[in-house]
Amino acid sequence: MFEILNKEVLARGITKFLIKAPFVARKHKAGNFVIIRVNDHGERIPLTIVDSDAKNGTITIIAQTIGKTTKLLSMQNAGGFLLDVAGPLGNPTPIHNYGTVVCIGGGVGTAEVYPIAKALKNAGNKLITIVGARSKDLVILENELREISDEFFVTTDDGSYGMKGLVTNALDQYLKKDPSVKSVYAIGPIIMMKAVSDFTKPIGIKTYVSLNPIMMDGTGMCGACRVTIGSETKFACVDGPEFEGHLVDFDELMTRNRSYMDLEKLSLENFEKEISEHECKAVAKEAANA
Amino acid sequence: MPNTLKPSERLKIPRQNPLEQDPEVRRRNFEEVSLGFNEDLVLQEALRCIDCKEPLCIEGCPVRIDIPAFIKLVVDKDYLGAAQKIKEKDYLPAITGRVCPQESQCEAVCPIGKKHLPVAIGKIERFVADYERLHNMFNGSVVEQKRKERVAIVGSGPSGLTCAAELAKLGYNVTIFEALHAAGGVLRYGIPEFRLPKSILDAEIENVKKLGVELVPNFIIGRTATVDELMDELGFEAVFLGTGAGTPTFLNIPGENFPGVYSASEFLTRVNFMKGYRFPEYDTPVKLGRRVAVVGGGDTAMDAVRTAMRLGPDKAYLIYRRSKEEMPARDEEVHHAEQEGIEFHVLTNPVRIIAGENKWVKAIECVKMELGEPDADGRRRPIPISNSNFIMDVDTVIIAVGQRPNPILQATTPGLNMSKRGTVVVDGNGQTSREGVFAGGDLSRGGATVILAMEDGQRSAAAIHDYLKVKGQKAKAKEQSIPI
Repeated sequence: MFEILNKEVLARGITKFLIKAPFVARKHKAGNFVIIRVNDHGERIPLTIVDSDAKNGTITIIAQTIGKTTKLLSMQNAGGFLLDVAGPLGNPTPIHNYGTVVCIGGGVGTAEVYPIAKALKNAGNKLITIVGARSKDLVILENELREISDEFFVTTDDGSYGMKGLVTNALDQYLKKDPSVKSVYAIGPIIMMKAVSDFTKPIGIKTYVSLNPIMMDGTGMCGACRVTIGSETKFACVDGPEFEGHLVDFDELMTRNRSYMDLEKLSLENFEKEISEHECKAVAKEAANA
Repeated sequence: MPNTLKPSERLKIPRQNPLEQDPEVRRRNFEEVSLGFNEDLVLQEALRCIDCKEPLCIEGCPVRIDIPAFIKLVVDKDYLGAAQKIKEKDYLPAITGRVCPQESQCEAVCPIGKKHLPVAIGKIERFVADYERLHNMFNGSVVEQKRKERVAIVGSGPSGLTCAAELAKLGYNVTIFEALHAAGGVLRYGIPEFRLPKSILDAEIENVKKLGVELVPNFIIGRTATVDELMDELGFEAVFLGTGAGTPTFLNIPGENFPGVYSASEFLTRVNFMKGYRFPEYDTPVKLGRRVAVVGGGDTAMDAVRTAMRLGPDKAYLIYRRSKEEMPARDEEVHHAEQEGIEFHVLTNPVRIIAGENKWVKAIECVKMELGEPDADGRRRPIPISNSNFIMDVDTVIIAVGQRPNPILQATTPGLNMSKRGTVVVDGNGQTSREGVFAGGDLSRGGATVILAMEDGQRSAAAIHDYLKVKGQKAKAKEQSIPI
């Protein structure tokens, strides 16, 4: 059992948890993830470790509500517990001083790029950060990223904040101004990571992406997370989760990630029905008591 | 009551058949297939043992259970005494009584088997273990003397549980580290409910814990802490590695990454470990089409194809590149699979997986094979027959062609010698190239049986005991040699 010490809603559907997990905190490095399970009937899902505090034995995770498991997670509160937290898993991000690096976070991927950006900054890089979101209210970790970035840009799909457009537009603009960029880290929706990789490939800028395939054990045992990198099959959990974007078969990843869409939908619908029935009963009970 | 029958009279008793669920019924449920012996059957069967002067069955047992002794106790209806007798050597009898390949071990050398059928040792063992559990009469082994040394066991599969139990009996402080959220290793994620119910596994693990063994789940050695950290920082004086062989091997043919293609590890883990067969009551989904093909011929392939059948497809096929005689799976499992309506396509090898427009699997292309000369392991080598390719319509493919050890330990334990196959190199005592570090089970063997893993756990426990005794003496000598 892993205690939830704090919970904070960062944006609509995006929740941050501070979890007591001393052994994980002790070994965490940027790029690692944990596998969590909320309760006994639950799924195992991977979540990036956004931050850790070895002294206090805590880790921070941020999750976006998409399906049943993330919905269930979002309903947990401080003082409660997660049944299982296992990690840190995956290979840490190799951190070097490249000179100038661009870190791009899309949506909840912003949370995942944050620890990497921080580590790159601490290694002496000039850090350029681009955060992309659908709209202003979905921009997360702005202050945290601003604080460590030499330059910081926001793009929104609807133009409600920062530059209207995609992260690749902001990247294009920055590169025109400063061609010294050596590496790009992009974490976010697959479609965004693909777009960034497609953009940087012809201009030859090394691009790293963190892949989010379906996982179960997270320790190299099931192969659910297999991805095609170049011509080879790799397991994202033990060989990744970071890979060179120019080698990733993003289309295959998108197809594989849709494998269970119908069942995931069913699971979420059942759960929402359960919640509303529960709420109805609670209201009825209250009314009866009154 | 002692067995007063003369040997000639004992030989006249036919081998008793265990009760079994009807194949037509069981092929669609996850209840246990074999129901074992009831008391009448077990008493009849126990009478068949002729109590040899030099019992070969003990030699045939990898953990050397005193088989004639426990069978004699069964004849006397002292089932608890029999259970105690087994537990001197085997702390997981309800498991071994179910999954051991007795036909190639203890029962293979039973002299009665020369002219008649051998004594059904496995089924008697199972009865005894079940009796003890069902009557709530488990009486833990006595721990000889408490010792201060701490031993870490990495992995809670059959080798780790056995090593832990044996060391705990000797009085050591034992902690098992398990990477997943529940203990049991392959016994939980691999072997299906219908061969080994989880409730029985849970009870056996509880018995090990009653010896004082601590079990820590969600702790991945190599990630959460390394072997070196266990020894240098966390205070463990010896380590046993029993992390098994869980990483799946694929065929390396085109189309293997299409949705609808599973490794047997993933499929079985979804269904068994995550209880995917009870989705949506449990959250982990498992998606199966109407025609399922499982590729492979070992026990894992049998488990996968029989599990698939229970999820209700129209057809479940087993595709194997050699003939049925060469299948490494236990005869009993092959027989059960056939009874349950699995269609065997032997001398057949997949060359390509084909997907439809939705990218989901829709067919598998195979080539017919013939058998050539025997290869290194003595089995005849399968050779493709040219121009014999054909296509089978399937919408799910499960690859069960072998597993290798997880790469995490190797990558994070400097100085741990590994073979080319990725297995940890050990000597006859399970000692690895690292001092104080022992290994066994599938991690050192590559892919073997539950009982051989248990044999390794037992042997390593003895070796760790010796190692710690010597280490303790050395430390004492050093202490005493300090000048006043």
